[in-house]
Amino acid sequence: MFLVRRLANYVVLIFLATTFAYLLAATTLDPRANYAEMRPQPSEEQVDARLDELNLNDKTPLAERYAYWVGDIATGDFGLSVRGTSVNEEMARRVGVSLRLILFGTVIGATSGILVGAYGAVKQYRFFDRASTGAAFFVLSVPAVVIAISLQVIAVWINEATGVRIFQYAGEYTTGLDAGFWGRLGNRIQHAVLPTLALAIGQFAAFSRYQRNMMLDVLGSDFVRTAMAKGLTRRRAFFKHALRTALIPTVTYFTFVFGIMLAGTTFTEKIYGWNGMGSWVIDSIVTNDVNAVAAVSCFMAICVMAASFFSDILYAWLDPRVRVS
Amino acid sequence: MTSTETKTGDPTGERNPEAPVLEVEDLHVTFPGVNRAPDIRAVRGVSYRLNRGEVLGIVGESGSGKSVSSLAAMGLLPEYAKVSGSVRLKGKEILGLDDRRLAEIRGRTISMVFQDPLSALTPVYTVGDQIIEAVQIHNPQVGRAKARERAVRLLELVGIPNAAQRAGAFPHEFSGGMRQRVMIAMAMANDPDVIICDEPTTALDVTIQAQVLELLKTAQRETGAAIVMITHDLGVVAGFVDRVLVMYAGRPVETGTVDEVYHRPRMPYTMGLLGAVPRLDLAEHAPLVPIKGNPPSLAELPPGCPFAPRCPIALPQCLAAEPSLLRIGAQPGLAEIDAAPGAAGESGGPDTGEHRVACIRSGEIDTEQWTGADIYPLPEIPEGEATRIPREERPVVLEVQDLVKHHPLMKGAIFKRRVGTVYAVDGISFDIREHETLGLVGESGCGKSTTLMEILSLDKPARGKVVVLGRESGTLTGRERFDIRRDLQVVFQDPMSALDPRMPVFEIVAEPLRTHGRSRKEINRRVRELLDLVGLDASHAARYPAEFSGGQRQRIGIARALALEPRVLVLDEPVSALDVSIQAGVINLLEELQARLGLAYLFVAHDLSVVRHLADRVAVMYLGRIVEIGDVRSVYTEPAHPYTQALLSAIPIPDPEKERARAHVVLEGDLPSPANPPSGCRFRTRCQKFRALTGEDQRRCLTEEPALQPVSGGDHTAACHYAEKRAVV
Repeated sequence: MFLVRRLANYVVLIFLATTFAYLLAATTLDPRANYAEMRPQPSEEQVDARLDELNLNDKTPLAERYAYWVGDIATGDFGLSVRGTSVNEEMARRVGVSLRLILFGTVIGATSGILVGAYGAVKQYRFFDRASTGAAFFVLSVPAVVIAISLQVIAVWINEATGVRIFQYAGEYTTGLDAGFWGRLGNRIQHAVLPTLALAIGQFAAFSRYQRNMMLDVLGSDFVRTAMAKGLTRRRAFFKHALRTALIPTVTYFTFVFGIMLAGTTFTEKIYGWNGMGSWVIDSIVTNDVNAVAAVSCFMAICVMAASFFSDILYAWLDPRVRVS
Repeated sequence: MTSTETKTGDPTGERNPEAPVLEVEDLHVTFPGVNRAPDIRAVRGVSYRLNRGEVLGIVGESGSGKSVSSLAAMGLLPEYAKVSGSVRLKGKEILGLDDRRLAEIRGRTISMVFQDPLSALTPVYTVGDQIIEAVQIHNPQVGRAKARERAVRLLELVGIPNAAQRAGAFPHEFSGGMRQRVMIAMAMANDPDVIICDEPTTALDVTIQAQVLELLKTAQRETGAAIVMITHDLGVVAGFVDRVLVMYAGRPVETGTVDEVYHRPRMPYTMGLLGAVPRLDLAEHAPLVPIKGNPPSLAELPPGCPFAPRCPIALPQCLAAEPSLLRIGAQPGLAEIDAAPGAAGESGGPDTGEHRVACIRSGEIDTEQWTGADIYPLPEIPEGEATRIPREERPVVLEVQDLVKHHPLMKGAIFKRRVGTVYAVDGISFDIREHETLGLVGESGCGKSTTLMEILSLDKPARGKVVVLGRESGTLTGRERFDIRRDLQVVFQDPMSALDPRMPVFEIVAEPLRTHGRSRKEINRRVRELLDLVGLDASHAARYPAEFSGGQRQRIGIARALALEPRVLVLDEPVSALDVSIQAGVINLLEELQARLGLAYLFVAHDLSVVRHLADRVAVMYLGRIVEIGDVRSVYTEPAHPYTQALLSAIPIPDPEKERARAHVVLEGDLPSPANPPSGCRFRTRCQKFRALTGEDQRRCLTEEPALQPVSGGDHTAACHYAEKRAVV
């Protein structure tokens, strides 16, 4: 019941976020400019007709365009792109690409961050703790773009040093490759390693810091001592009693970090030449593609809400105290 | 693993049925200082021996090393602690074992009950699972169903009603007392040979404390375990243990049977400690004996006896070397010490079971038969002028009539709706006259603090009225309120958090004066005067609160409250956070101030002994109501309400003979929720008297709420249909 109400809230929020994105894009982007450079120059009537067709004509009042757009949205249609193609079709092609990146990036980054952070707390002020702290702060202080490019540079260096193309850093897969299912999968993984890593590193840094602090708070608590007094070894008490409890606040933190990571996706996709949602939003802003921008915003909002929903469920599962209310 | 250096254990001790179950010998624990800070030597040579089924009490104030020594024995200290000495469990050396080997022993042969039941259980697992874990970790072959059965049986044994169902509940669904029962169940899970109880009742109310102590006795009977009882409460130890070990500054200073230590203490520290406890069973109003000064810092111990700076009978020889724990009469003579200064200082070897004392004058104390009163100078507390005027002729300074405070119980995130009411304070009346102290007592959750906050708010109460110095709350203008606050001041419970840590003491005490627009010159004079009044050195005015000890901070709080020369002082548990020896000093100060300044006190406390010592009248609260009120002597010697009787009976008296002879009224269950009080008499669900009544008589308790009725001459009243005077102390 609680979760159902949450879901209803999310739908409203996603709609609002998308609306704001649409209104912002519709008022600031100027699709008419796309036709200014065109040779032969189309007549104003022709442009108007074309823009009307796309529901992008700035001569139509914004309210009218918005109403039309909302009507489409209600049927699940995000309208047409500036090139006249269906935004929905384009989205269908790209969503999978982005989701793959986000999913693996998050899972790898969060898990490794939590484990390293927790272990760092157990070994506070030892070498492992100092090294992981140093690494995390280094990553946190470097912009995502720089990390992505640096990884590329390192990959090139490794490829050259070994003489084998271990890492691929352009596109999702080598086009025209004929190597059977396993060969294609291997090829895809080769391509995926770098961008996934670029995303995961940022996640790892944020999570390891946070988890370390949470773990330190919990390690000294009485119940960990009780667990040891029962006969658990120090290590077992830490991982069974302390880590489980220290995970609770991290789950809430997950939602916040997720938003930052989505922003990171746009750069990563652009840099590694992946045709995902992130690179699309940049392209659509350049081409004044209002409907596409709104569609991508909607996708991002859904992702954030999904992350938030997921963390709510995790929270309820981890912490029995919230289940009652 | 904890770094250790171990002495070779006694090999003959093994498999000897007569051997003690736990032998601790010359245990030392040091916490290395960080960043060139000096090392903290928390335990410096503790030895004791515990036989099968024996109960040993370890008594000491905070920082005396009593808990650390037991944690060290179980290998529960943080890894950086340095431990040395020897701990033998059933003849086997366990100090220095690696974590895996220690873990096999912990919870099976030796187990522990901790102080704070609210934080000692993992919040995310059910209590059943946590007990099952304790069972299975030592017996992996036991199936889950079997372990679960055992867990339920244990929960039944410790008196959790509906155990099979409650095993599936999480710790936050239990009250503090219930959680402590779960802790005890866990400690009993594998029939250990030794149970170490680290202040098991300190965080609990007295009635719950009585239940838990009863339960520990049951646990001991069931398992035949030896118990180490660590506590600061001399009363708890008196009736419960066989032998006592008194610790001071990381060392045992006196040990012996409980009767020896309580009736014939031979160490000035023990004598002072016993004299500093307010007694529930003594009616005469003698001032308490405070021990001057504070315990030494364990980082920089002075040479010689660590108690010497606070000891009223210290000699120059006391500073020569730290005295050993020796049999009375076995201490070296003063001449010997002069001849070879620094020769002593050994911790005194293993526990011999005799009465032993670490004081070079113990022989002298013994032959002269000195008592605490002979050694400690009795503070003189002037008699107030007004106490000679009969109560009725003194003006009323604070009057509370039918005061009600209900909190709405809300539910829902956006649309809040009221689902119930918490009857925090539900119609109470009392008055306080000039020069008088009213003690307001009751268990936590009975509404005593709410009453206090209602009075201090000066707002119009939901029902009833509060009259402060003739002015009714809620009818005042802003200006009048401001003026009234000058006469109505408060001292809070926790001296650590009641003072701004970033303000020097001078500013803290000067703030009320400044707020009320006193001149700079007057402020300077007044602050110095106030610090002097509460027994602090006026030259310390520039220091920050962190540089003062708990007792001194409470004195600063009192000085701040007195700054504006109030006529009514509200004291919210002012001494409950302080150690016994410090507490006595603050209580004496409060008495002295009342006599000198003619203050009226509203004293809120859960410690009935302190209230008996300090108050003139006492009001006992239960679930938002006053159930008994009257002058202290009458209420304490002849309590008429069953709840008052139970409360008084639950308090252990620091006198082993008396304590063993007393029959305790042990109340059942916890305080009911104030959101849903029982019908009729609110106390009937836990009342020992109600249970003894016939069905006919019970009906009245069920339907009719009793009003306060006089039980004897004077103004002693009790709210019970079947009130009957009965001495319980």
